[in-house]
Amino acid sequence: MKKVYSRPRLLKEAHFHYCPGCGHSIVTRLIAEVVDEMEMAGKAICVAPAGCGMLVYNYFDFDTLESAHGRGAAVATGIKRVRPQNLVFSYQGDGDLAAIGTAESFHAANRGELISIIFVNNGVYGMTGGQMAPTTLLDQVTTTSPLGRTSVKEGHPVRMCEVLAVLPGTSYLERVAVNKPSAILRAKKAIAKAFEHQLKGTGFSMVEILSPCPTNWKMGTIDACRWIDEVMTKEFPLGVVKEAAC
Amino acid sequence: MNGNSACAEAAVLAGCTCYFGYPITPQNELGEYMARRLCDVEGAVFIQSESEIAAINMVLGASVAGARAMTSSSSPGISLKQEGISYLAADELPGVIVNMSRGGPGMGNISPAQSDYLQATRGGGHGDYRTIVLAPSSVQEIADLMPVAFDLADEYRNPVVVLGDGMLGQMMEPVSFDAIGPPKEFVKDYILTGAEGRPSRMVRSLLFDVKEEEEHNWKLFRKFQRMEQNEVRFETELGDDAEMIVVAYGTAARIARGAIKRLRQENLKVGLIRPITLWPFPKKAILEAARKVSEFFVFEMNAGQMLEDVLLSLEGQGHVHFYGRPGGVIPTPVELYRIISRHYHQSLKGKKG
Repeated sequence: MKKVYSRPRLLKEAHFHYCPGCGHSIVTRLIAEVVDEMEMAGKAICVAPAGCGMLVYNYFDFDTLESAHGRGAAVATGIKRVRPQNLVFSYQGDGDLAAIGTAESFHAANRGELISIIFVNNGVYGMTGGQMAPTTLLDQVTTTSPLGRTSVKEGHPVRMCEVLAVLPGTSYLERVAVNKPSAILRAKKAIAKAFEHQLKGTGFSMVEILSPCPTNWKMGTIDACRWIDEVMTKEFPLGVVKEAAC
Repeated sequence: MNGNSACAEAAVLAGCTCYFGYPITPQNELGEYMARRLCDVEGAVFIQSESEIAAINMVLGASVAGARAMTSSSSPGISLKQEGISYLAADELPGVIVNMSRGGPGMGNISPAQSDYLQATRGGGHGDYRTIVLAPSSVQEIADLMPVAFDLADEYRNPVVVLGDGMLGQMMEPVSFDAIGPPKEFVKDYILTGAEGRPSRMVRSLLFDVKEEEEHNWKLFRKFQRMEQNEVRFETELGDDAEMIVVAYGTAARIARGAIKRLRQENLKVGLIRPITLWPFPKKAILEAARKVSEFFVFEMNAGQMLEDVLLSLEGQGHVHFYGRPGGVIPTPVELYRIISRHYHQSLKGKKG
Protein backbone atom coordinates (compact mmCIF):
# COMPACT_ATOMS: atom_id res chain seq x y z
CA MET A 1 0.00 0.00 0.00
CA LYS A 2 1.23 3.50 -0.80
CA LYS A 3 1.72 5.84 2.12
CA VAL A 4 0.15 9.17 1.20
CA TYR A 5 0.35 11.05 4.47
CA SER A 6 2.05 10.84 7.84
CA ARG A 7 2.75 12.92 10.91
CA PRO A 8 4.95 15.86 9.89
CA ARG A 9 8.61 15.19 10.67
CA LEU A 10 8.86 18.35 12.78
CA LEU A 11 5.99 17.49 15.10
CA LYS A 12 7.14 15.63 18.19
CA GLU A 13 5.30 12.50 19.21
CA ALA A 14 2.94 14.20 21.63
CA HIS A 15 -0.80 14.39 22.06
CA PHE A 16 -2.28 17.77 21.16
CA HIS A 17 -4.01 19.43 24.09
CA TYR A 18 -6.42 21.26 21.78
CA CYS A 19 -10.18 20.76 22.11
CA PRO A 20 -11.99 18.67 19.47
CA GLY A 21 -12.53 20.69 16.30
CA CYS A 22 -10.06 23.44 17.29
CA GLY A 23 -8.25 25.12 14.42
CA HIS A 24 -4.98 25.45 16.34
CA SER A 25 -4.14 21.80 15.66
CA ILE A 26 -4.31 22.45 11.92
CA VAL A 27 -2.25 25.63 12.18
CA THR A 28 0.38 23.86 14.30
CA ARG A 29 0.63 21.09 11.72
CA LEU A 30 0.82 23.51 8.78
CA ILE A 31 3.70 25.43 10.37
CA ALA A 32 5.62 22.19 11.00
CA GLU A 33 5.10 21.18 7.37
CA VAL A 34 6.13 24.56 5.97
CA VAL A 35 9.28 24.82 8.10
CA ASP A 36 10.24 21.31 6.99
CA GLU A 37 9.49 21.90 3.32
CA MET A 38 11.50 25.13 3.37
CA GLU A 39 14.34 23.15 4.98
CA MET A 40 14.45 25.61 7.87
CA ALA A 41 14.25 23.13 10.78
CA GLY A 42 17.79 24.00 11.82
CA LYS A 43 17.15 27.73 11.60
CA ALA A 44 13.62 28.18 12.91
CA ILE A 45 12.94 29.83 16.28
CA CYS A 46 9.31 30.04 17.37
CA VAL A 47 8.05 32.42 20.04
CA ALA A 48 5.03 30.84 21.70
CA PRO A 49 2.29 32.95 23.28
CA ALA A 50 0.17 32.86 26.38
CA GLY A 51 -3.20 31.48 25.34
CA CYS A 52 -4.41 28.34 23.59
CA GLY A 53 -1.33 28.25 21.39
CA MET A 54 1.13 28.38 24.27
CA LEU A 55 1.95 24.69 24.28
CA VAL A 56 3.17 24.65 20.68
CA TYR A 57 6.65 24.20 22.12
CA ASN A 58 5.55 20.74 23.19
CA TYR A 59 4.86 19.92 19.55
CA PHE A 60 7.42 21.68 17.36
CA ASP A 61 10.71 19.86 17.04
CA PHE A 62 12.73 23.04 16.55
CA ASP A 63 13.85 25.81 18.92
CA THR A 64 11.01 27.47 20.82
CA LEU A 65 10.59 30.06 23.54
CA GLU A 66 7.55 31.00 25.57
CA SER A 67 6.81 34.71 25.74
CA ALA A 68 4.74 36.69 28.21
CA HIS A 69 1.19 37.48 27.09
CA GLY A 70 1.30 39.98 24.24
CA ARG A 71 5.07 40.36 24.06
CA GLY A 72 5.73 37.97 21.19
CA ALA A 73 6.70 40.64 18.67
CA ALA A 74 9.12 42.32 21.10
CA VAL A 75 10.78 39.04 22.06
CA ALA A 76 10.99 37.97 18.42
CA THR A 77 12.54 41.36 17.62
CA GLY A 78 15.29 40.76 20.21
CA ILE A 79 16.03 37.30 18.81
CA LYS A 80 15.97 38.30 15.16
CA ARG A 81 18.22 41.34 15.63
CA VAL A 82 20.83 39.12 17.30
CA ARG A 83 20.38 36.25 14.84
CA PRO A 84 19.39 37.73 11.46
CA GLN A 85 20.09 34.42 9.68
CA ASN A 86 17.39 32.57 11.59
CA LEU A 87 13.72 32.18 10.69
CA VAL A 88 12.00 33.88 13.65
CA PHE A 89 8.25 33.88 14.06
CA SER A 90 5.75 34.32 16.84
CA TYR A 91 2.53 32.39 17.20
CA GLN A 92 -0.18 34.56 18.71
CA GLY A 93 -3.90 34.66 19.37
CA ASP A 94 -6.29 37.59 19.02
CA GLY A 95 -6.15 38.78 22.64
CA ASP A 96 -2.39 38.37 22.64
CA LEU A 97 -1.79 40.24 19.38
CA ALA A 98 -4.60 42.79 19.24
CA ALA A 99 -5.33 43.64 22.89
CA ILE A 100 -2.55 43.27 25.44
CA GLY A 101 0.17 43.14 22.77
CA THR A 102 -1.11 45.77 20.34
CA ALA A 103 1.79 48.14 20.99
CA GLU A 104 4.42 45.45 20.50
CA SER A 105 2.77 44.13 17.31
CA PHE A 106 2.15 47.57 15.82
CA HIS A 107 5.65 48.89 16.46
CA ALA A 108 7.45 45.73 15.34
CA ALA A 109 5.45 46.03 12.12
CA ASN A 110 6.21 49.74 11.87
CA ARG A 111 9.94 49.13 12.26
CA GLY A 112 9.63 46.56 9.51
CA GLU A 113 11.14 43.90 11.74
CA LEU A 114 12.07 40.85 9.70
CA ILE A 115 9.86 38.57 11.72
CA SER A 116 6.61 36.78 10.90
CA ILE A 117 3.53 36.52 13.04
CA ILE A 118 1.15 33.60 12.74
CA PHE A 119 -1.99 35.18 14.13
CA VAL A 120 -4.78 32.79 15.05
CA ASN A 121 -8.08 34.68 15.14
CA ASN A 122 -10.94 32.73 16.69
CA GLY A 123 -12.77 35.75 18.07
CA VAL A 124 -12.56 34.74 21.74
CA TYR A 125 -10.13 34.24 24.59
CA GLY A 126 -10.09 30.47 24.34
CA MET A 127 -7.81 29.32 27.12
CA THR A 128 -9.46 31.43 29.81
CA GLY A 129 -12.92 30.20 28.91
CA GLY A 130 -14.38 32.23 26.07
CA GLN A 131 -14.30 35.87 27.07
CA MET A 132 -14.74 38.70 24.54
CA ALA A 133 -11.70 39.35 22.36
CA PRO A 134 -10.83 42.45 20.32
CA THR A 135 -11.91 40.40 17.28
CA THR A 136 -15.26 39.25 18.71
CA LEU A 137 -18.02 40.09 16.21
CA LEU A 138 -20.83 42.55 16.94
CA ASP A 139 -23.77 40.75 18.61
CA GLN A 140 -21.56 37.75 19.36
CA VAL A 141 -22.25 36.34 22.80
CA THR A 142 -19.27 35.56 25.01
CA THR A 143 -18.90 35.10 28.77
CA THR A 144 -18.03 38.78 29.17
CA SER A 145 -20.46 40.08 26.55
CA PRO A 146 -23.45 38.00 27.65
CA LEU A 147 -25.95 40.11 25.72
CA GLY A 148 -23.75 40.24 22.63
CA ARG A 149 -20.98 42.69 21.77
CA THR A 150 -22.19 46.19 21.00
CA SER A 151 -20.21 48.87 19.19
CA VAL A 152 -21.35 51.47 21.71
CA LYS A 153 -20.07 49.65 24.78
CA GLU A 154 -17.28 47.44 23.47
CA GLY A 155 -16.25 48.96 20.16
CA HIS A 156 -15.95 47.24 16.81
CA PRO A 157 -13.93 44.12 16.03
CA VAL A 158 -10.34 44.99 15.13
CA ARG A 159 -9.09 44.06 11.67
CA MET A 160 -5.38 43.73 12.36
CA CYS A 161 -4.27 43.00 8.77
CA GLU A 162 -5.93 46.22 7.59
CA VAL A 163 -4.55 48.18 10.57
CA LEU A 164 -0.99 47.06 9.85
CA ALA A 165 -1.34 47.46 6.09
CA VAL A 166 -1.02 51.24 6.34
CA LEU A 167 2.48 50.88 7.80
CA PRO A 168 5.28 51.04 5.22
CA GLY A 169 7.27 48.49 7.27
CA THR A 170 4.88 45.64 6.46
CA SER A 171 5.49 43.60 3.33
CA TYR A 172 3.07 40.68 3.45
CA LEU A 173 -0.31 40.48 5.17
CA GLU A 174 -2.90 37.87 4.32
CA ARG A 175 -6.06 36.61 5.97
CA VAL A 176 -6.85 32.94 5.52
CA ALA A 177 -8.96 30.30 7.28
CA VAL A 178 -8.64 26.67 8.30
CA ASN A 179 -12.28 25.61 8.14
CA LYS A 180 -12.16 23.47 4.98
CA PRO A 181 -9.54 21.65 2.86
CA SER A 182 -9.27 24.33 0.16
CA ALA A 183 -8.84 27.04 2.78
CA ILE A 184 -6.23 24.98 4.63
CA LEU A 185 -4.17 24.62 1.45
CA ARG A 186 -4.39 28.38 0.96
CA ALA A 187 -3.35 28.94 4.60
CA LYS A 188 -0.30 26.77 4.15
CA LYS A 189 0.77 28.73 1.09
CA ALA A 190 0.30 31.99 3.01
CA ILE A 191 2.52 30.82 5.86
CA ALA A 192 5.21 29.85 3.37
CA LYS A 193 4.88 33.21 1.66
CA ALA A 194 5.22 35.09 4.95
CA PHE A 195 8.40 33.18 5.80
CA GLU A 196 9.72 33.85 2.31
CA HIS A 197 9.22 37.61 2.80
CA GLN A 198 11.12 37.41 6.07
CA LEU A 199 14.01 35.43 4.60
CA LYS A 200 14.29 37.75 1.62
CA GLY A 201 14.29 40.73 3.96
CA THR A 202 11.40 42.63 2.42
CA GLY A 203 9.72 43.47 5.71
CA PHE A 204 7.33 42.43 8.41
CA SER A 205 4.90 39.65 7.54
CA MET A 206 1.77 38.31 9.17
CA VAL A 207 -0.80 35.66 8.36
CA GLU A 208 -4.14 36.04 10.11
CA ILE A 209 -5.90 32.70 10.35
CA LEU A 210 -9.64 32.49 11.05
CA SER A 211 -9.88 29.42 13.18
CA PRO A 212 -12.85 27.53 14.63
CA CYS A 213 -13.34 27.36 18.40
CA PRO A 214 -16.35 25.04 18.77
CA THR A 215 -15.95 24.81 22.55
CA ASN A 216 -16.27 28.52 23.27
CA TRP A 217 -18.56 29.27 20.34
CA LYS A 218 -20.84 26.56 21.77
CA MET A 219 -21.26 24.98 18.34
CA GLY A 220 -20.68 21.62 16.77
CA THR A 221 -17.45 21.32 14.81
CA ILE A 222 -19.17 21.37 11.42
CA ASP A 223 -21.35 24.33 12.38
CA ALA A 224 -18.25 26.18 13.59
CA CYS A 225 -16.52 25.65 10.24
CA ARG A 226 -19.64 26.79 8.42
CA TRP A 227 -19.96 29.86 10.71
CA ILE A 228 -16.53 31.05 9.58
CA ASP A 229 -17.71 31.10 5.96
CA GLU A 230 -21.18 32.45 6.60
CA VAL A 231 -20.58 35.01 9.35
CA MET A 232 -16.95 35.57 10.31
CA THR A 233 -15.61 36.24 6.82
CA LYS A 234 -18.18 39.02 6.37
CA GLU A 235 -16.29 41.00 9.03
CA PHE A 236 -12.89 39.52 8.22
CA PRO A 237 -12.72 39.07 4.44
CA LEU A 238 -10.20 36.48 3.27
CA GLY A 239 -7.39 37.30 0.90
CA VAL A 240 -4.10 39.11 0.53
CA VAL A 241 -4.37 42.47 2.25
CA LYS A 242 -0.90 43.61 1.32
CA GLU A 243 1.94 42.13 -0.68
CA ALA A 244 5.11 44.00 -1.49
CA ALA A 245 7.42 42.88 -4.27
CA CYS A 246 9.55 40.06 -2.92
CA MET B 1 31.87 62.06 32.36
CA ASN B 2 28.35 61.75 33.78
CA GLY B 3 27.28 58.54 35.47
CA ASN B 4 24.77 57.59 32.80
CA SER B 5 27.34 57.82 30.00
CA ALA B 6 29.98 56.02 32.07
CA CYS B 7 27.47 53.25 32.72
CA ALA B 8 26.86 52.86 28.98
CA GLU B 9 30.56 52.93 28.07
CA ALA B 10 31.43 50.36 30.75
CA ALA B 11 28.59 48.13 29.55
CA VAL B 12 29.88 48.20 25.98
CA LEU B 13 33.43 47.45 27.15
CA ALA B 14 31.97 44.56 29.18
CA GLY B 15 30.60 43.04 26.00
CA CYS B 16 27.07 44.39 25.97
CA THR B 17 26.00 44.37 22.32
CA CYS B 18 22.28 44.95 22.74
CA TYR B 19 20.58 47.93 24.34
CA PHE B 20 16.82 48.44 24.43
CA GLY B 21 15.27 51.39 26.21
CA TYR B 22 12.61 54.04 26.43
CA PRO B 23 13.34 57.67 27.34
CA ILE B 24 12.84 58.71 30.95
CA THR B 25 14.57 61.30 33.09
CA PRO B 26 17.04 61.20 34.87
CA GLN B 27 18.76 58.48 32.80
CA ASN B 28 18.34 59.70 29.21
CA GLU B 29 22.09 60.15 28.66
CA LEU B 30 22.46 56.40 28.98
CA GLY B 31 20.26 55.55 26.02
CA GLU B 32 21.60 58.48 24.01
CA TYR B 33 25.18 57.36 24.61
CA MET B 34 24.29 53.82 23.56
CA ALA B 35 22.59 55.07 20.39
CA ARG B 36 25.87 56.66 19.28
CA ARG B 37 28.30 54.17 20.75
CA LEU B 38 26.73 50.96 19.48
CA CYS B 39 27.00 52.26 15.90
CA ASP B 40 30.73 51.51 16.23
CA VAL B 41 30.25 47.94 17.41
CA GLU B 42 29.78 45.34 14.70
CA GLY B 43 26.53 43.42 14.95
CA ALA B 44 25.35 45.52 17.88
CA VAL B 45 21.68 46.37 18.36
CA PHE B 46 20.15 49.59 19.65
CA ILE B 47 16.39 49.97 19.68
CA GLN B 48 14.43 52.81 21.21
CA SER B 49 11.44 50.68 22.03
CA GLU B 50 7.78 51.63 22.08
CA SER B 51 7.56 51.01 25.83
CA GLU B 52 9.48 49.82 28.86
CA ILE B 53 7.59 46.55 28.59
CA ALA B 54 8.74 46.07 25.01
CA ALA B 55 12.32 46.98 25.98
CA ILE B 56 12.65 44.33 28.69
CA ASN B 57 11.06 41.74 26.41
CA MET B 58 13.55 42.62 23.68
CA VAL B 59 16.27 42.07 26.30
CA LEU B 60 14.74 38.65 26.93
CA GLY B 61 14.76 37.86 23.20
CA ALA B 62 18.36 39.03 22.73
CA SER B 63 19.42 37.14 25.84
CA VAL B 64 17.84 33.87 24.73
CA ALA B 65 19.60 34.38 21.40
CA GLY B 66 22.91 34.49 23.29
CA ALA B 67 23.81 38.20 23.42
CA ARG B 68 24.77 40.33 26.40
CA ALA B 69 21.75 42.61 26.62
CA MET B 70 20.62 45.42 28.89
CA THR B 71 17.97 48.02 29.44
CA SER B 72 17.85 51.06 31.67
CA SER B 73 15.17 53.28 33.12
CA SER B 74 14.09 55.16 36.21
CA SER B 75 11.53 54.25 38.86
CA PRO B 76 8.16 54.45 36.99
CA GLY B 77 9.70 52.69 33.99
CA ILE B 78 11.24 50.01 36.19
CA SER B 79 7.76 49.18 37.49
CA LEU B 80 6.74 48.41 33.90
CA LYS B 81 9.78 46.19 33.38
CA GLN B 82 8.96 43.94 36.32
CA GLU B 83 6.93 41.57 34.15
CA GLY B 84 9.93 40.85 31.96
CA ILE B 85 12.35 40.65 34.89
CA SER B 86 10.15 37.95 36.43
CA TYR B 87 10.23 36.02 33.13
CA LEU B 88 14.03 36.38 32.86
CA ALA B 89 14.38 34.93 36.36
CA ALA B 90 11.88 32.15 35.65
CA ASP B 91 13.48 31.25 32.30
CA GLU B 92 16.96 31.49 33.88
CA LEU B 93 18.16 34.05 31.38
CA PRO B 94 20.82 36.70 32.03
CA GLY B 95 20.11 40.39 31.60
CA VAL B 96 21.19 43.67 33.18
CA ILE B 97 18.68 46.32 34.26
CA VAL B 98 19.89 49.75 35.35
CA ASN B 99 17.59 51.85 37.53
CA MET B 100 18.60 55.48 38.05
CA SER B 101 15.83 55.94 40.55
CA ARG B 102 13.89 59.06 41.41
CA GLY B 103 11.30 60.36 43.83
CA GLY B 104 8.02 58.46 43.95
CA PRO B 105 5.50 56.84 44.21
CA GLY B 106 3.48 57.48 41.07
CA MET B 107 5.00 60.02 38.74
CA GLY B 108 6.92 61.46 41.69
CA ASN B 109 9.63 63.75 40.41
CA ILE B 110 12.97 63.55 38.65
CA SER B 111 15.09 64.26 41.70
CA PRO B 112 17.38 61.55 43.13
CA ALA B 113 15.82 59.16 45.62
CA GLN B 114 16.31 55.64 46.92
CA SER B 115 12.64 54.88 46.73
CA ASP B 116 12.95 51.56 44.92
CA TYR B 117 15.06 49.62 47.45
CA LEU B 118 12.37 47.17 48.48
CA GLN B 119 11.15 46.65 44.92
CA ALA B 120 14.69 45.87 43.76
CA THR B 121 15.71 43.62 46.65
CA ARG B 122 12.50 41.56 46.85
CA GLY B 123 12.46 40.43 43.25
CA GLY B 124 10.21 43.25 42.08
CA GLY B 125 7.85 41.35 39.84
CA HIS B 126 5.48 38.47 40.52
CA GLY B 127 6.64 35.12 41.79
CA ASP B 128 9.23 33.75 44.15
CA TYR B 129 12.57 35.05 42.91
CA ARG B 130 15.41 37.46 43.65
CA THR B 131 17.83 39.49 41.60
CA ILE B 132 21.33 40.52 42.56
CA VAL B 133 21.24 44.28 43.20
CA LEU B 134 24.45 46.28 42.84
CA ALA B 135 24.52 49.78 44.31
CA PRO B 136 27.41 51.96 43.12
CA SER B 137 28.18 55.19 44.95
CA SER B 138 30.34 57.02 42.41
CA VAL B 139 30.71 57.33 38.68
CA GLN B 140 33.90 55.27 38.88
CA GLU B 141 32.09 52.56 40.78
CA ILE B 142 29.33 52.48 38.15
CA ALA B 143 32.04 51.79 35.59
CA ASP B 144 33.63 49.16 37.82
CA LEU B 145 30.37 47.36 38.58
CA MET B 146 28.93 47.11 35.06
CA PRO B 147 31.28 44.25 34.01
CA VAL B 148 30.53 42.58 37.36
CA ALA B 149 26.81 42.90 36.64
CA PHE B 150 27.13 41.20 33.25
CA ASP B 151 29.40 38.45 34.62
CA LEU B 152 27.06 37.70 37.52
CA ALA B 153 24.08 37.66 35.17
CA ASP B 154 25.83 35.12 32.94
CA GLU B 155 27.25 33.08 35.78
CA TYR B 156 23.94 32.60 37.56
CA ARG B 157 21.71 32.98 34.51
CA ASN B 158 19.61 35.52 36.34
CA PRO B 159 18.75 39.20 35.88
CA VAL B 160 21.03 41.64 37.72
CA VAL B 161 19.86 45.10 38.76
CA VAL B 162 22.22 48.06 39.02
CA LEU B 163 20.49 50.48 41.37
CA GLY B 164 21.70 54.06 41.17
CA ASP B 165 19.75 57.27 41.44
CA GLY B 166 19.33 60.50 39.53
CA MET B 167 22.34 62.00 41.28
CA LEU B 168 24.71 59.21 40.23
CA GLY B 169 23.33 59.32 36.71
CA GLN B 170 23.71 63.07 36.28
CA MET B 171 26.88 63.66 38.30
CA MET B 172 30.09 64.43 36.38
CA GLU B 173 33.26 62.84 37.75
CA PRO B 174 36.57 61.65 36.37
CA VAL B 175 36.36 57.98 35.41
CA SER B 176 38.78 55.39 34.10
CA PHE B 177 37.81 52.31 32.14
CA ASP B 178 41.31 50.85 32.14
CA ALA B 179 40.45 48.13 34.63
CA ILE B 180 37.83 46.59 32.32
CA GLY B 181 39.36 43.56 30.64
CA PRO B 182 37.98 41.63 27.69
CA PRO B 183 34.52 40.17 28.42
CA LYS B 184 34.53 36.76 30.13
CA GLU B 185 33.34 33.85 28.03
CA PHE B 186 30.51 31.70 29.33
CA VAL B 187 29.31 28.39 27.97
CA LYS B 188 25.75 29.00 26.82
CA ASP B 189 24.23 25.62 26.15
CA TYR B 190 20.71 26.88 26.71
CA ILE B 191 20.39 29.57 24.04
CA LEU B 192 18.26 29.36 20.92
CA THR B 193 20.25 29.40 17.72
CA GLY B 194 18.15 27.08 15.56
CA ALA B 195 18.41 23.33 16.12
CA GLU B 196 21.04 22.77 13.41
CA GLY B 197 23.08 19.68 14.35
CA ARG B 198 21.60 19.28 17.85
CA PRO B 199 18.26 18.37 19.47
CA SER B 200 15.72 21.19 19.58
CA ARG B 201 15.53 23.34 22.71
CA MET B 202 12.66 25.02 24.49
CA VAL B 203 12.83 27.86 26.97
CA ARG B 204 9.70 28.31 29.06
CA SER B 205 8.39 29.02 32.51
CA LEU B 206 4.94 27.49 32.25
CA LEU B 207 4.87 24.36 34.37
CA PHE B 208 1.32 23.10 34.78
CA ASP B 209 2.45 20.22 36.95
CA VAL B 210 2.71 21.68 40.46
CA LYS B 211 5.41 19.17 41.39
CA GLU B 212 7.51 20.36 38.45
CA GLU B 213 6.85 24.01 39.31
CA GLU B 214 7.77 23.41 42.93
CA GLU B 215 10.99 21.69 41.89
CA HIS B 216 11.76 24.60 39.57
CA ASN B 217 11.18 27.02 42.46
CA TRP B 218 13.50 25.04 44.75
CA LYS B 219 16.12 24.96 42.00
CA LEU B 220 15.93 28.75 41.73
CA PHE B 221 15.97 29.01 45.53
CA ARG B 222 19.20 26.98 45.72
CA LYS B 223 20.70 29.32 43.15
CA PHE B 224 19.68 32.34 45.26
CA GLN B 225 21.28 30.64 48.27
CA ARG B 226 24.54 30.30 46.31
CA MET B 227 24.35 34.01 45.53
CA GLU B 228 23.84 34.76 49.22
CA GLN B 229 26.89 32.68 50.08
CA ASN B 230 29.20 33.99 47.39
CA GLU B 231 28.20 37.41 46.19
CA VAL B 232 27.84 39.65 49.23
CA ARG B 233 29.78 42.85 48.65
CA PHE B 234 30.20 45.74 51.04
CA GLU B 235 32.72 48.27 52.25
CA THR B 236 33.59 49.21 55.83
CA GLU B 237 35.21 52.52 56.70
CA LEU B 238 36.71 53.54 60.04
CA GLY B 239 34.96 50.64 61.69
CA ASP B 240 37.70 49.57 64.14
CA ASP B 241 37.14 52.00 66.97
CA ALA B 242 33.61 53.01 66.07
CA GLU B 243 30.94 53.38 68.70
CA MET B 244 28.25 54.12 66.19
CA ILE B 245 28.01 52.66 62.69
CA VAL B 246 26.19 54.41 59.89
CA VAL B 247 24.66 52.05 57.33
CA ALA B 248 24.07 53.74 53.99
CA TYR B 249 24.44 52.89 50.30
CA GLY B 250 24.86 54.70 47.00
CA THR B 251 24.48 58.47 47.06
CA ALA B 252 23.39 58.33 50.72
CA ALA B 253 26.71 56.67 51.59
CA ARG B 254 28.60 59.56 50.01
CA ILE B 255 26.63 62.08 52.01
CA ALA B 256 27.24 59.93 55.10
CA ARG B 257 30.97 59.90 54.40
CA GLY B 258 30.99 63.71 54.39
CA ALA B 259 29.06 63.77 57.65
CA ILE B 260 31.37 61.18 59.25
CA LYS B 261 34.43 63.24 58.30
CA ARG B 262 33.04 66.16 60.32
CA LEU B 263 32.03 63.88 63.21
CA ARG B 264 35.54 62.43 63.30
CA GLN B 265 37.01 65.91 63.42
CA GLU B 266 35.10 66.31 66.68
CA ASN B 267 36.41 62.95 67.81
CA LEU B 268 33.03 61.25 67.59
CA LYS B 269 33.78 57.63 66.80
CA VAL B 270 31.46 56.92 63.91
CA GLY B 271 32.06 54.30 61.22
CA LEU B 272 30.35 53.33 57.98
CA ILE B 273 29.15 50.08 56.51
CA ARG B 274 28.25 50.57 52.88
CA PRO B 275 26.40 47.67 51.26
CA ILE B 276 27.44 47.34 47.61
CA THR B 277 25.12 44.40 47.01
CA LEU B 278 21.73 45.34 48.42
CA TRP B 279 20.67 41.79 47.67
CA PRO B 280 22.32 39.66 48.87
CA PHE B 281 22.52 42.00 51.86
CA PRO B 282 25.66 42.01 54.06
CA LYS B 283 23.78 40.55 57.01
CA LYS B 284 26.77 38.88 58.61
CA ALA B 285 28.92 42.01 58.51
CA ILE B 286 26.23 43.96 60.32
CA LEU B 287 25.57 41.23 62.87
CA GLU B 288 29.29 40.86 63.53
CA ALA B 289 29.64 44.60 63.96
CA ALA B 290 26.98 44.37 66.67
CA ARG B 291 29.44 42.40 68.82
CA LYS B 292 31.46 45.56 69.40
CA VAL B 293 29.03 48.34 68.57
CA SER B 294 25.56 48.87 69.91
CA GLU B 295 24.49 51.95 67.96
CA PHE B 296 23.51 51.66 64.29
CA PHE B 297 22.40 54.66 62.29
CA VAL B 298 20.56 53.92 59.03
CA PHE B 299 20.45 56.75 56.55
CA GLU B 300 18.46 56.50 53.34
CA MET B 301 16.89 58.80 50.77
CA ASN B 302 13.50 57.24 51.42
CA ALA B 303 11.23 56.78 54.43
CA GLY B 304 12.96 53.62 55.66
CA GLN B 305 13.38 50.62 53.37
CA MET B 306 16.90 49.21 53.90
CA LEU B 307 16.10 49.87 57.53
CA GLU B 308 14.11 46.61 57.47
CA ASP B 309 17.15 44.66 56.32
CA VAL B 310 19.37 46.22 58.98
CA LEU B 311 16.82 45.32 61.67
CA LEU B 312 16.56 41.76 60.31
CA SER B 313 20.35 41.44 60.18
CA LEU B 314 20.77 42.56 63.79
CA GLU B 315 18.41 39.85 65.05
CA GLY B 316 17.20 42.11 67.84
CA GLN B 317 20.66 43.23 68.91
CA GLY B 318 21.88 46.79 69.03
CA HIS B 319 19.93 49.99 68.88
CA VAL B 320 18.90 51.29 65.47
CA HIS B 321 18.55 54.98 64.66
CA PHE B 322 17.07 56.16 61.40
CA TYR B 323 17.12 59.29 59.32
CA GLY B 324 15.41 59.30 55.94
CA ARG B 325 14.48 61.93 53.40
CA PRO B 326 12.01 60.68 50.78
CA GLY B 327 10.62 62.50 47.78
CA GLY B 328 13.83 63.45 46.03
CA VAL B 329 15.31 65.59 48.81
CA ILE B 330 19.10 65.37 48.97
CA PRO B 331 20.27 66.17 52.50
CA THR B 332 23.66 67.85 52.87
CA PRO B 333 26.53 66.28 54.80
CA VAL B 334 26.21 69.12 57.34
CA GLU B 335 22.55 68.37 57.91
CA LEU B 336 23.29 64.68 58.38
CA TYR B 337 26.27 65.50 60.61
CA ARG B 338 23.97 67.46 62.95
CA ILE B 339 21.42 64.65 63.11
CA ILE B 340 23.98 61.89 63.70
CA SER B 341 25.79 64.03 66.26
CA ARG B 342 22.57 64.53 68.22
CA HIS B 343 21.76 60.80 68.18
CA TYR B 344 25.36 59.97 69.10
CA HIS B 345 25.37 62.23 72.14
CA GLN B 346 21.93 61.11 73.30
CA SER B 347 22.78 57.41 73.04
CA LEU B 348 26.37 57.38 74.20
CA LYS B 349 26.23 60.13 76.82
CA GLY B 350 26.04 57.62 79.65
CA LYS B 351 29.03 55.64 78.39
CA LYS B 352 31.06 58.79 77.84
CA GLY B 353 30.47 59.74 81.49
